[in-house]
Amino acid sequence: MKPSPAALQRLVVVALWTLTATTIGVLLFIIAYILAHGLPHLTWGFLTQSPEYMGRKGGVFPMIVGTLMVAGLAVLIAAPIGVATAIYLTEYTREGKRTAVIRFGADCLAGIPSIIFGLFGFVFFAITLGLGLSVLSGALTLTLMVLPTIVRTSEEALRAVPSAYREVSYGLGSTRWQMVTNVVLRSALPGICTGVVLSLGRSISETAAVMLTAGSALRLPHSLFDSSRTLALHFYILSREGISMPNAYATASVLIIAILGLNLLAYWLMRRFVAKVK
Amino acid sequence: MKQDKAISVVLLLVALSAISGLALITVFIFKEGLPIILRVGGREFFLSSDWEPSAGHFGIFFMIVGSLAVTAGAMVIGTIFGLGVAIVLTQFCPAGLAAVLKPAIELLAGIPSVVYGFVGVVTLVPLIRTYLGGPGLSVLASSIVLGIMVLPTVTSISTDALQAVPRPYWEGSIALGATQWQTTHMVMLKAARSGIVTAAILGMGRAIGETMAVIMVAGNPRQIPHSILDPVRTLTSNIALEMAYASGDHRQALFATGVTLFVIIMLLNTVALVVSRRHAPRRGAR
Repeated sequence: MKPSPAALQRLVVVALWTLTATTIGVLLFIIAYILAHGLPHLTWGFLTQSPEYMGRKGGVFPMIVGTLMVAGLAVLIAAPIGVATAIYLTEYTREGKRTAVIRFGADCLAGIPSIIFGLFGFVFFAITLGLGLSVLSGALTLTLMVLPTIVRTSEEALRAVPSAYREVSYGLGSTRWQMVTNVVLRSALPGICTGVVLSLGRSISETAAVMLTAGSALRLPHSLFDSSRTLALHFYILSREGISMPNAYATASVLIIAILGLNLLAYWLMRRFVAKVK
Repeated sequence: MKQDKAISVVLLLVALSAISGLALITVFIFKEGLPIILRVGGREFFLSSDWEPSAGHFGIFFMIVGSLAVTAGAMVIGTIFGLGVAIVLTQFCPAGLAAVLKPAIELLAGIPSVVYGFVGVVTLVPLIRTYLGGPGLSVLASSIVLGIMVLPTVTSISTDALQAVPRPYWEGSIALGATQWQTTHMVMLKAARSGIVTAAILGMGRAIGETMAVIMVAGNPRQIPHSILDPVRTLTSNIALEMAYASGDHRQALFATGVTLFVIIMLLNTVALVVSRRHAPRRGAR
């Protein structure tokens, strides 16, 4: 017997909500599991000391610095390029062949797996350009990786700015560049920042690409040309080689807390942006 | 006016960096990987399952099978859950709750892949080993972990597609007496079809390209998996596992593995682009 439409509707609603609840449940479980095992070992000393015995003892200070250098530099380079690309696409040209080529580049780049970025960064930045396994090689590789995200979110933010803003600015006699910098960018800024913050999160989480380009040295990087192990890679090595489970959990907790913080920041920025343009 | 022109040219040059990056990546990956495929012979390289770098045997067939197997499994889980969540978010969920659920799904996308892999190893793998048998590290474990990881991609693109369906479609269907679910699956899902297919294809690309999580839960033997409980090695994990100590022909063969992966991903991306361009409303139109 075929169920009546109303009965089917009830059934489907239950099924769909079960799927959604399971998904959210998995998310909460992962976060709770890591934090429950990691927070007890997460001390001030862990954050400020250097690792000893390959990470069996001591802390993760050099990895925190390394992560901030690699991820920070990547976003610092990618943000201006991405925002400029978005400005070009929205304010300086019409849809056509040129925009199609630029978009094709960004779309394809977004689909490339991180391990391919790693291979490329290794052979291009580390070997061909002679930068070696270093903070700089890792950062430049990640730059290419997060560029599409920044382009897309910035473009969406710029497009969401009402065209009346632009017309008024022109009406007051400003040039296009003045209009873009004084009016459009200013209103789109929180939206652009959302994309930048999310990209920073993605750079911090990335493992495969930095493993092949930034190396896995345990010491504190003193320059951009030093090799550096990021937190995510340190966590991978600690857990995979069974060096120290408590320290692995604590390292993962640092990562999870950083990602939670960045996502909250992105969420807050987005709400501000939506409130602003509306 | 002159200044405006100059700014426009500078912005264009910067805007070309993404496509230049793509070109560089393509050139360098192929330059490093293609020679050894030609030397070993395409037949041997792609269709043999004998991967013994120290003996000069480079056959990646079992890894292609492995990648396809875990990706297929991940797609089953990722699309059912991903599309389900997208339907709930757009059709059955009060706006207030959606405002909380959406960032939660985004957070799922932000969790590092090593964390997924790790939690998979310590919770999922023992469960599979105890209740289903086998070593636990398996196609099944990889598929479940990857399925969760591609879910946010599928959800976010399908949500956009469902939201882009004009409101009158929904209103018309409800006014004709259809239930909400009838409206969803006969009108909304149909109208958003190309977007949903795009979401699935891009999710597939994500799954086939994922590396660190798979390494941790797949087991990585050098053989073809015969059941979903067998361990498996993928193209990506092969690269990441062996790159650290590879040199010479071995390293080139890893780049060739990368070439294979790259070609698969580019094909998927192209199909996704074609599908999404053919039906989708123009970018920015709502």
